[in-house]
Amino acid sequence: MFNQKVLVRAIALTFLLPAAAKANDSNELEALRAEIQQMKQSYESRIQTLESRLQTTETVAGEAGKKAEEASVQASARPTASNALNPDISLILSGTYANRSQDSKYHITGFQAGGEIGPGTKGFNLGESELGVYASVDPNFYGGLNLALAPDNTIGVEEAFIQTTTLPYGVTLKAGRFFSSIGYLNDQHAHTWDFVDNPLAYQAFLGTQFGDDGIQLKWLAPTDMFLELGAEYGRGRIADTEGRDKNGGGAGSIFAHVGGDLGINSSWRAGLSYLEVSPKDRQSDDLDASAAEVTNSFTGNSKVWLADFVWKWAPNGNATNTSFKLQGEYLHRKESGDLTNDSGINNYNASQDGWYLQGVYKFLPYWRAGLRYDQLNSGSVNYGDNAANLANSSYDPKRVSAMLDFSPSEFSRIRLQVSSDKSRQEATDNQIFIQYQMSLGAHGAHKY
Amino acid sequence: MKYIFKALSLAVLLATAQSAQAALNVFACEPEWGALAQELGGDKVTVFTATNALQDVHHIEAKPSLVAQLRKADLLVCTGSELEIGWLPVLLRQAGNTNVLAGKAGNFEAAHYVRMLEIPSRLDRADGDVHPGGNPHIQTDPRNISKVGDALSQRLAEIDAPNALFYQAKHKDFAQRWQDASKRWEAQAAPLKGMAIVVQHKGFPYLEDWLGLREVATLEPKPGVEPTSSHLNEVLTQLERQPAKMVIRAAYNSERPSQWLSEKAKIPAVALPFTVGGSDRAKDLFSLFNDTVQRLLDAAK
Repeated sequence: MFNQKVLVRAIALTFLLPAAAKANDSNELEALRAEIQQMKQSYESRIQTLESRLQTTETVAGEAGKKAEEASVQASARPTASNALNPDISLILSGTYANRSQDSKYHITGFQAGGEIGPGTKGFNLGESELGVYASVDPNFYGGLNLALAPDNTIGVEEAFIQTTTLPYGVTLKAGRFFSSIGYLNDQHAHTWDFVDNPLAYQAFLGTQFGDDGIQLKWLAPTDMFLELGAEYGRGRIADTEGRDKNGGGAGSIFAHVGGDLGINSSWRAGLSYLEVSPKDRQSDDLDASAAEVTNSFTGNSKVWLADFVWKWAPNGNATNTSFKLQGEYLHRKESGDLTNDSGINNYNASQDGWYLQGVYKFLPYWRAGLRYDQLNSGSVNYGDNAANLANSSYDPKRVSAMLDFSPSEFSRIRLQVSSDKSRQEATDNQIFIQYQMSLGAHGAHKY
Repeated sequence: MKYIFKALSLAVLLATAQSAQAALNVFACEPEWGALAQELGGDKVTVFTATNALQDVHHIEAKPSLVAQLRKADLLVCTGSELEIGWLPVLLRQAGNTNVLAGKAGNFEAAHYVRMLEIPSRLDRADGDVHPGGNPHIQTDPRNISKVGDALSQRLAEIDAPNALFYQAKHKDFAQRWQDASKRWEAQAAPLKGMAIVVQHKGFPYLEDWLGLREVATLEPKPGVEPTSSHLNEVLTQLERQPAKMVIRAAYNSERPSQWLSEKAKIPAVALPFTVGGSDRAKDLFSLFNDTVQRLLDAAK
């Protein structure tokens, strides 16, 4: 624009110069020269002004560009939708096909279990779908709800809790319904299990998984080694019982977990927990001395010790291609109270234990194979005046399971599991399961 | 119970012992930010780096040791842009450390301070491992390191105000050395401009942007999905029409896919350190880029 005009005039000037030289009259020539000199000076000064103006414009433009870039950086970090504050929603879809050599009437010989136990029904089963909604409530609280949508069209509240986020000194307080932090597997949701089902010891002593309505206090020590101590107090909803309708609570537990690294390749965690709970009318299926089916109902006091450990290994801590996980838990339960069945109410005392050990090996990206051994020890059982009716068996239930799973991404998994289940003295149940587990929605972050 | 009390008193003792050393505890999610915090904080910071260069930061176990380290951190330095979404949220909830929660001064996300590339126009897991905020591998461009360095230095001064002057001086020194080094790398790497490359994982858009490299193919069919043989064959066919100079992977990626392509297409396979510690020579941020540029130049010969 300005530049072009200046250029055109300058070119015109150069053409003027030779024409002026032809003029004979020296005075005229002088005058022309002076005039040209004047013009030159004037143009030079104008060019200079223009150049300086151009420079200013360029700087301003550069700054504007910079500002635009900064703005775009800020804009990209800003949520754009009105629903940006909606909580994280995640949906777990799961389904199983089960092929079993025995019928679906399940019990564990010699153990008063209760709750949702056993391998489930034969054939195609919609597994439990889980719907989770989680978010920070405000600067002080975090909360979440996890619904279990069962295949029989019922909805169960698995977890519904709030948790503090801003208490000092590494203290966290949780309230509501939540899975107890005792043991290793207890607070893990079913979709993170390495096998289709939970270990027999968990089924026999905790009704598969102990979740309660109550409060939990956790403290994490400010040490290099992981050390976590905690206590829980709640109503005691163990193994599908309703808990105690009374002031105070029906269950209390304490737990300690320690953990750390062994070099860069492996890490571990170990724990010790104690749970005391007073179940009321805990129902468990059993066989009486004449092999007829009975349902026993237990009311009394139950004390459970749990010792757990897990060790994980991966070359350089990179589990993408290869990894190994070894875990085991030992549970001991001592119970005293009343056992009620068709023959009336009788005194019941038992001291029993059980354990499992499992290893899961990732041998290729996406592919894992695992082996688990389960055992329960019949221990000492006193049925009181019921002894004539219920057989005091010294049978130790056992189970061996092998699994192979394929996870094409962190959101999907397909699993094959075969088990030889000797929970029942009278029959070995050979089981084949095919299971899928898929997760939709918010990216879940899994516990150790 | 006795043991629990013993453990408790031991823990309290250790806690008081630790508060005696006044250094600022920095928890860095990735090695590059650990190295940057060390450059900018000097002896006023104690840096713990949660991951190493041979690990895939998308997939890290929320290990007990990480929970314990995060518990005592004053400053958390991570990439952000959902790179650590599979593990950091669990650590934060378990650690019960109020200093480093999102929104607090002790929570620093590097991705906030750079211009993000590859921000997806649609969000669908069918597209693989997508990051709504843009590609999170920002550390492969030294200009980003410089921007994050500016912001991190300010953050250090904010959290540890008594040492603010120290951090300013450290930053001035670092920024100068970084600028000089960047000029050197850019001059060295000038011949690489416009060079066509194949990448294993979409981990290098910032490096490409910096050096003017042209990415013509990706070995992963979708981000975060391991290369399949059918997709590798497609890439091979594509390279016949549209040749590339080399195939690039990060130190933590499996070497098999790029090795396969390297043999079939007869182009060199280059393992870039990707972050500090990713090669023997990448010992700090400066040697990281020395080595990265050198490896690219060697392969381009």
